[in-house]
Amino acid sequence: MPRFRAKPSSFIAPATVALVTALLIAIPFERSNGDTSGVISFLVSFLTFVAIYAIFTLGLNVQWGYSGVFNFGVLGFFMLGAYTAAIVTKEPASGSFTDYIGGFGGDLNLLPWLSSEQWLPHLVGLAAAAGVAGLVALLLSVTALRLRDDYLAIATIGVAEVLRRVVIEETWLVNGTRGLTGIPRPLGGLVGSTDYKYLLLAICGGFLVLTYFLIERAIRSPWGRVLMALREDEMATEASGKNVFAFKMQSFVMGAAIMGAGGAIYAYASSSLTPEVFTHFFATFLFWAMLILGGSGNNRGAIVGAYVLWGFWTITLQFQSYDLPDLLQTRMPYIRELVLGGLIVAVLLLRPAGLLPQRRQVSIWVERQLRRRPAAPAGSPTEGASSNR
Amino acid sequence: MILLFLIWAVIDRRDAVVIGVVEGSILALGAVGLTLVYGVLKFAHFAHGDSMMLSAYCAFLLLSGVVSGSRPGVDAEVLPITVSDLPGATTEVWKFSFGYGLLVAMALSALVTSGILVVLDRLVYRRLRQRKSGIVIFSIASLGLAIAIRSLVLMVWGPTPRKYTTTVRENIDLPFDITILADQLFILAAAITVTVLAYILLFRTKLGKAMRAMADNPELALISGIRTELVIALTWALAGGLVAVAGVLLALQAQLDPQLGFVLLLPLFAAAILGGVGNPQGAFFGGMIVGIVQAVVVTFDFLSPGYKFSVAFVILILILLIRPRGLFGARL
Amino acid sequence: MSVDSTVVLETRELVTGYGELEILHGVSVSVCSGEMVAVIGPNGAGKSTLLKGIFGLLPVQSGAVLLGGADVTGKPPDRLVQNGLSYVPQVENVFPSLTIQENLEMGAFIRRNGVRERIDEVFRLFPDLAKRKGENTGKLSGGQRQMLALARGLMLDPKILLLDEPSAGLSPKLVSAIFERINVVNKAGTAVLLVEQNAREALSLCRRGYVLAMGRNRLEGEASNLLNNEEVGRLYLGA
Repeated sequence: MPRFRAKPSSFIAPATVALVTALLIAIPFERSNGDTSGVISFLVSFLTFVAIYAIFTLGLNVQWGYSGVFNFGVLGFFMLGAYTAAIVTKEPASGSFTDYIGGFGGDLNLLPWLSSEQWLPHLVGLAAAAGVAGLVALLLSVTALRLRDDYLAIATIGVAEVLRRVVIEETWLVNGTRGLTGIPRPLGGLVGSTDYKYLLLAICGGFLVLTYFLIERAIRSPWGRVLMALREDEMATEASGKNVFAFKMQSFVMGAAIMGAGGAIYAYASSSLTPEVFTHFFATFLFWAMLILGGSGNNRGAIVGAYVLWGFWTITLQFQSYDLPDLLQTRMPYIRELVLGGLIVAVLLLRPAGLLPQRRQVSIWVERQLRRRPAAPAGSPTEGASSNR
Repeated sequence: MILLFLIWAVIDRRDAVVIGVVEGSILALGAVGLTLVYGVLKFAHFAHGDSMMLSAYCAFLLLSGVVSGSRPGVDAEVLPITVSDLPGATTEVWKFSFGYGLLVAMALSALVTSGILVVLDRLVYRRLRQRKSGIVIFSIASLGLAIAIRSLVLMVWGPTPRKYTTTVRENIDLPFDITILADQLFILAAAITVTVLAYILLFRTKLGKAMRAMADNPELALISGIRTELVIALTWALAGGLVAVAGVLLALQAQLDPQLGFVLLLPLFAAAILGGVGNPQGAFFGGMIVGIVQAVVVTFDFLSPGYKFSVAFVILILILLIRPRGLFGARL
Repeated sequence: MSVDSTVVLETRELVTGYGELEILHGVSVSVCSGEMVAVIGPNGAGKSTLLKGIFGLLPVQSGAVLLGGADVTGKPPDRLVQNGLSYVPQVENVFPSLTIQENLEMGAFIRRNGVRERIDEVFRLFPDLAKRKGENTGKLSGGQRQMLALARGLMLDPKILLLDEPSAGLSPKLVSAIFERINVVNKAGTAVLLVEQNAREALSLCRRGYVLAMGRNRLEGEASNLLNNEEVGRLYLGA
């Protein structure tokens, strides 16, 4: 697309979003022979999952986009959060072929008002999920965060893999490969089952918006400005007297807690969990792809990335319902992964700043100084910021 | 501490140690390649395990000419001529379950894998180098390539594990009451031979020395007039060769499984970091140690064999806590 | 001294620095064939930056580097090395996990033959190194390491040697030893551009000198004149 490259920042992002949206409407419309309500429920469920995945992407952005902490184990925190929330909200295990710890759902209707059993366990579960994920991140950061960036990446992959094994092997813990089903849905008794999907979208979307504003607040605070400085130049920040390690640790823990909370929301929305879902590809790589495609260091970019990539994913799933030749049909899942792997590399090579490049958040004074200098340094500041990592 | 553990293991769990040595020698091959890439290019190459699987499948294709067909479970033959068509290539040699064709396929696969890695460097990593990207960008790119390689393997050969041969494997008895599969003896011998070859290349040839020099101090290498791009290409080629042999041997020991590549990353990195990043001898011993510990630990009653590769992670965390520069000193 | 007036290395109004940070704002120096020239100046004057700029390790924003009359601005190091330029950085100037002999071999990477003979020649200049040629470089003392770095820089028999503070961090005795080696090298016909903090010793060794300050040429002239110059004495010689 050489035509777009001439003015990339203004065209590509809206064009991509528009294209994905058009396909997302057109294909289900065509498949369901013009059944509008089918298209709407398809879109509602799509958007619900975009909202959930965007939460992970935001959490990753706090770690990588803002402070350069290299976490390749999103899976671990996702899974911790999801399972923690599930065993907090569920009733205790009963019956054969089910075995898991916890099950506090019934004990958590402490408040006498507003039918608290509909939402209080979920809030507790959410907090517990964020807490457990944050705690593990804290432990891990003591071990590996002081070392080279890539050691942390390896260590986080390790944590994720070990947690995955534990979930599979220790059947007494969270029911092993049989998984957990019947996780109670938040506010489930409030509306009828046909309309619940709208409520769920509102809950997930609401939580995404909340997370977004919390992060934006944090980033604009003095704390956030140190993080940004850290990402640009760790040594200079250290030299200016900031405890780099503490800041990196805080952002790592904060990002992990967000991922844990995202896991909780995921558990509530899908109402069942099985370890097969938690592959490194789905639960780590996909979020990295979303963030890099969207533009690391930019929260809106992270959300757009989640939308576009999950859109691509969903569209290609729809393709499978067409009458394709066997050769293609059986290979669609792999083709999709191949495209995604290639896409990451292509974005890094051709458009390292992503769809929505990072905006430099500097004080007004510095900005004025930059504008006054006629000969801007080679490459736009935004590009330099995200490609120099 | 490790030494004590090894001594105890040799006395008490001899069979597991033997398996550990065999698997460790395979890991060692992979880890030597990984540590070289790590040392010379300074980034964690996350596509290493998947490259191993790709080269193992590549040898499979050369041997059998088979890819998965239009439907799952149905195979199609795509190569008109395969290594197995060579006269006597499939006749079993000695007590091994394979003929000399496997060696030919392994060598060809090594060439192909080296080529692929060098080309990927040209297409991807070199452009990142020219842009002076940080090490993390390289690692993310390598993760993207790892995903791409794995899905390519899945596309071409399908998700069902495969084997090179289905012949019954013969045991042989060694002194000290050790029984080992003939194939495992071959694996050990091949791994040691290739490691020795790599060692000679690294320590006796000019380009090998230049690779070590670059791992030591890339800027001084540049200043000395070392043609760094040439050395980088050679590093990839050597890593490709090691990866291919390791992949084929692994497939011989276990099986061809597209999912194995990613899981292998942990033991590989554990071995490389254990040995000290950029230190090829260290990586070799690191691989051996990880292999033996893995094999011995899964014989414990209280641990499910599913945790096999998690052991590597525990080793890794211990090393990072106690001696981040590795047992044998990092060369970074 | 076998100095003639052919200029082997020259910079013209060289402007360079690190990324957006400009350090040299236009420095001109020249070295004639077989000549030894000192570059002195306070910390942060841009002395080391000058050498890195000459050697193509930093992006040159403007100005030019001429080697033997040919413009080599921005050429990659292996081209410069081929054309008789050699550079010994101040720190991290050896390969610690290689042996002494291997370090020297790396210094002659682009040379196809005669490497062994050249190593013997260089060892004759540094007999201490010859004795330990099989040892790993990591174990060497600071002085031996500087000697090895110098030896590595000589492996291609360069026309001109760029030395970045060879005396840094060494005891006075070792400083005179290393300067003595440099003098021998120069007497054998290699031109030397010597960047030094140790201004007095450097000037007493060299024929000419440049004084840099704030990334610009401040003074230049015969070394003896600079040594006697009041301003130089006051600012850099601690007199």
